[in-house]
Amino acid sequence: MQFFGGSDISPSPPAPTAAGHNANVMYMFNRNGVCLFYREWNRPLRTLNPQQDHKLMFGLLFSLKSLTAKMDPTSADKGNLGVPQLPGQGCSFHSFRTNTYKLSFMESPSGIKIILVTHPRTGDLREALKYIYSLYVEYVTKNPVYAPGSPIRCDLFNTNLDQYVRSIS
Amino acid sequence: MAAIYSLFIINKSGGLIFYKDYGSAGRMDTNDSLRVASLWHSMHAISQQLSPTVGCSGIELLEADAFDLHCFQSLTGTKFFVVCEPGTQHMEALLKVIYELYTDYVLKNPFYEMEMPIRCELFDLNLSQALQKDRVALLGR
Repeated sequence: MQFFGGSDISPSPPAPTAAGHNANVMYMFNRNGVCLFYREWNRPLRTLNPQQDHKLMFGLLFSLKSLTAKMDPTSADKGNLGVPQLPGQGCSFHSFRTNTYKLSFMESPSGIKIILVTHPRTGDLREALKYIYSLYVEYVTKNPVYAPGSPIRCDLFNTNLDQYVRSIS
Repeated sequence: MAAIYSLFIINKSGGLIFYKDYGSAGRMDTNDSLRVASLWHSMHAISQQLSPTVGCSGIELLEADAFDLHCFQSLTGTKFFVVCEPGTQHMEALLKVIYELYTDYVLKNPFYEMEMPIRCELFDLNLSQALQKDRVALLGR
């Protein structure tokens, strides 16, 4: 389950290890599949146009969640494959790795999905994603001009995010 | 205490040719295992499309809350994937061993039809032995 305990409004960021490696790409989606935020720092290869890329990414995550909920070896009673899962319901994945990238995923209880694509030897980024979620809460949701469900255009969020991502290894 | 929950082998078109469950509470019936295998085949392909750099060969490790999934794809497109406890070590080596058993006892079997479900006694036997050895080694550590 991915619900956060603790009463920290903005938890302190995890201690940065050796700096120098940035993340490659970051996506944020809401529960309806709208891409709220897309940021790339290092992406030499773009196979699809942005809209298709976002849809494909969301579709991949949706299907992977459905797969992990079905394949869960610790629970006997599961729904059918393809039934949409509520955030926090069913076993969900937190990362996958290929030979060229590692994708870290986090879903908040409200259905906000944060995806960070980094180089394949990155460690566990769950704490980093929680911190990015707290940045989102501070600079986006608390922004009175921001309408929920619309793409994020908050400068403060962008600068703080860039600064933080530079420190992730 | 099984470190491995289940093993799947899928052919290059995504069809399930082998499924063995080693004692998980979430044992699936045939239809579900077929669906899950095809779904994995598609996810593996899509993950290659989303790579930020060239040369991606698909998902090798999926980490979920309750399990890890290690996948090995041979040069011919046959995929071997194993569902195990989170943090289990040396699954890549085990998958290579399983691949070797597959080539020896399945592909070299003259009665085996390519891409069809595997029904080779010797393969099952040697697979159980290899996994038993692996389990003993893990518990012994």
